[in-house]
Amino acid sequence: MDRSAHSRVRKPIVGALLLSTAVLLGATACGSGDTAGGGGGGDSDIKIGLITKTDSNPFFVTIRESAQAAADEAGAELIALAGAFDGDNEGQVSAIENLVSQGVQGILITPNSSSGILSAIKQARDNGVIVIALDTATDPEDAVDATFATDNLAAGVTQGMWVKATLGNTPPQIVMLDGTPGGTVDTFRHDGFLEGFGIEEGDPAIVGQENTNGDQTKAQTAMENLLQRAPEVNALYTINEPAAAGAYEAIEAAGLENQVTIGSIDGGCAGVQNVADGVIGATVMQFPSLMAESGVDAVVAYVKDGTKPSGFNDTGSMLITDQPVDGVESQDTAWGAENCWG
Amino acid sequence: MARSTASTTASTPPSASPPGPTASRQWLTRILREPLLGPIIALLVAIIVFSSISNTFLNPFNVSLILQQSVVVGILAVGQTLIILTSGIDLSIGSVAVLGTIVMAQMFDANGPVVALLATFAVCVVLGAVNGGLVTVLRLPPFIVTLGTFTAIQAATRLLAGSQTYQVPDGSPLTFLGTTFRIFGFTTTYGVAVMLLVYAVVGYALSQTAWGRHVYAVGGSITASTLSGIKAGRTLFSVYVVTGVIAATAAWAALGRIPNADPNAYQNANLETITAVVIGGTSLFGGRGGVAGTLIGTLIVGVLRNGLTQAGVDSLYQNIATGILVIVAVTVDQFARRRTQ
Amino acid sequence: MTFDRATPSEHPEPSRPSRPSATAAPSATEATEATADGRTSITVLQTAPVLEAHGLVKKYGNVTAINGADFELFPAEVLAVVGDNGAGKSSLIKALAGALVPDAGEIKMNGGVVHFHNTRDARAAGIETVYQDLAVIPALDIASNVFLGREVRRRGLMGSLFRRLDMPRMRAESSNHLTDLGIGIKSVTQSVETLSGGQRQGVAVVRAAAFGRGVIIMDEPTAALGVKESGMVIDLIRSIRERGIPVVLISHDMPHVFEVADRIHVHRLGKRAGVVDPRERSMSEVVALMTGAEQPTDEERAGGPRPDAR
Repeated sequence: MDRSAHSRVRKPIVGALLLSTAVLLGATACGSGDTAGGGGGGDSDIKIGLITKTDSNPFFVTIRESAQAAADEAGAELIALAGAFDGDNEGQVSAIENLVSQGVQGILITPNSSSGILSAIKQARDNGVIVIALDTATDPEDAVDATFATDNLAAGVTQGMWVKATLGNTPPQIVMLDGTPGGTVDTFRHDGFLEGFGIEEGDPAIVGQENTNGDQTKAQTAMENLLQRAPEVNALYTINEPAAAGAYEAIEAAGLENQVTIGSIDGGCAGVQNVADGVIGATVMQFPSLMAESGVDAVVAYVKDGTKPSGFNDTGSMLITDQPVDGVESQDTAWGAENCWG
Repeated sequence: MARSTASTTASTPPSASPPGPTASRQWLTRILREPLLGPIIALLVAIIVFSSISNTFLNPFNVSLILQQSVVVGILAVGQTLIILTSGIDLSIGSVAVLGTIVMAQMFDANGPVVALLATFAVCVVLGAVNGGLVTVLRLPPFIVTLGTFTAIQAATRLLAGSQTYQVPDGSPLTFLGTTFRIFGFTTTYGVAVMLLVYAVVGYALSQTAWGRHVYAVGGSITASTLSGIKAGRTLFSVYVVTGVIAATAAWAALGRIPNADPNAYQNANLETITAVVIGGTSLFGGRGGVAGTLIGTLIVGVLRNGLTQAGVDSLYQNIATGILVIVAVTVDQFARRRTQ
Repeated sequence: MTFDRATPSEHPEPSRPSRPSATAAPSATEATEATADGRTSITVLQTAPVLEAHGLVKKYGNVTAINGADFELFPAEVLAVVGDNGAGKSSLIKALAGALVPDAGEIKMNGGVVHFHNTRDARAAGIETVYQDLAVIPALDIASNVFLGREVRRRGLMGSLFRRLDMPRMRAESSNHLTDLGIGIKSVTQSVETLSGGQRQGVAVVRAAAFGRGVIIMDEPTAALGVKESGMVIDLIRSIRERGIPVVLISHDMPHVFEVADRIHVHRLGKRAGVVDPRERSMSEVVALMTGAEQPTDEERAGGPRPDAR
């Protein structure tokens, strides 16, 4: 084969080679500077893995940042991973496997699927890694060594009680905007709201229900659709504040903002601001930083002296509203602004 | 009477070296001509880079992990290869597999594992036949057909599953493909073995049977195939039906890997299979490529994800890297084709 | 050695080139013996056509594509079919190749009436067509292209159960055919796209010649080729004729036609205007016959001179 043909064959291959090497090295250099994994932890004895549902939701960003701070303080290395989208179980399974392969001693996880993640958790624990659930319990709860979370049932009850009290004697027309099927957080908050409101599932007062994956855009679309079917709605349960914000857009566009009482859960700073602005009536604050710190501390303790954490550890919740009602403990938005996350 | 190849025009590479090429030169020529060379080199580069960054990368545990994490998309990518070889594309392949997992889990509760498996294969084959029928009988473009079936199947899956996911008991035949076994001191799952088996079987069919020739012919030119007496419609239809079988196999492997049937799972599988196929060197324009390249493409994607995760790279950067790799692969394919024209 | 493709009728194995075969029409010797009997008429003395058609008609609504056309093709000859654009020659050829079913008229092969419902029927009867765009698959290798649609399986279990192709045999046979027809391609494992235009034409012709035992139809084979490669194709056509297989050559290229054709069928207005002997008529006269500027002689109109015994 003569030289020109030889080089004609070689060039694209060499090109591909160089380009892929550049891509790989570039991506590695770029990415590892940002995340906790490649950072200045150095060769620490304590390796902790953190897997959040996604890495875009401010709630999980707060968890990651708090965990990083707690890990730095303890001199531990934190490797932070996340699912690709809310509900991505498969990505979290891979993340657990990868963390175990990297030799972590403990894994903190906010599971996307409370049941789907079980086999991966079991494999990790069989390899001697302790697994702690944050924010969302697994189903069953004892599939992990310990859970640090908000008592989501209690949070839902609080929201339900406040909405009911605020409605007063008006016959309720309730719309429920839920999150993603398969998560215990979803179920507990939903059931808690019903309990706090004093009704059962299937009560005729519930005029609409949609899943929103906790996403603002989806919630807006869902609310628009629901308003077509149930324009009389006067009470809105939302799974979290982004969903509430999205629903409010739809309600405001329909001119019904004075008609609907909106409740939510989360306690993010943006959400607290929404309460102060009157977009959301009241929200139940969670304490993700506390969850993250407790989780990190538990793993550190396990590595240092072998004590394993256990059980469900309630990190608490607090109603934030400027329209308090009797019988339900609350704080105003000023307090909320000081203690919020995100 | 003209005989020699010296009459070839300047635009085509000469097909013979001057008399008496050395054996090693010929060997080198054949290696450099091999279309799999690019993907293989990319895979080796990736492995070398990542093993130098992370000292746990080449552990047997991690290697086994990469294979296991590639099983579902790897199996589906075989079907995607077939369809892309016929110059089509299948956007619905992931959703068919997900529906398969739901069917399998639901049927298992009431009817046991055998019925569940049979029902799943039946459903997936029927869906493949639907795609195939729309493409061959109605002559609709595969992109449009599978876009429609993808949307419909995804919705149907959510309806069928209600708003829940289904646990399948570990240890039942449904999770069999997740069971591990040791071979030559290396631990892996039956799912990985099945994936390699699927590649072997389809690879054999493509390269050693008349059906395989017809698949390439139909992808190269339907007119030429028909004029040559090939029943193009039948070949095309069979490809979609085979893909249905492959999707059902992937569903079985999925339950083996995660014994939980989730309607939200594998949402990106369609694009990931296309990525694996393209990186492996199969041309999106049909008629050239094969499953060997796809296997390498699948491994490249798996190595990339695993390696970048171990290097601490955010999953979003991983997606950027994969995307760039796809563009590089398509560009190289284009260069190669232009050279030969 | 058998083929096991599910075609309507069996294909024989592609044969090595041979002198005009015994299945050809009666030779000159037989005609002579017939006269010795004293009982034969003139028509028996003439060789019978391999392929003929009479009174073919095909209409599409108001458009008449074939208007009562006749056609005769004798053994071991090259018959060129010429005609202006729109004269209807492609429709006639399509009817002969089975791509078109005529509304009226009959087609006969070796004296027996045949009905072609599709191209498979025609191919089964031994009529092979080399299309203008060649109908080869560029990404596949030469051997696969030659055997496209007629692949050979291995003997025994590997062939029947595992459906394994006998690539070595297909490669060997393709290679032999290429050599026999004088086409200089070194390796049949090359993909067709690496070949020049003339070589690709060669592969397409090999495919037709390997399986065609009755008639080979070539549609504008030199249209896209340069001088040298056209010469290769002309030589190919001669090689096929030497094997005793008649060739129908559709072409616009008068010099090529006059170089290789034994008789020239002039098609005009949907039917045969006449058949001329290229030794009797010049190129410009043939062109004039095509356009109608000149009229054919009575003998030409009736089907022209019968071919000499070769």
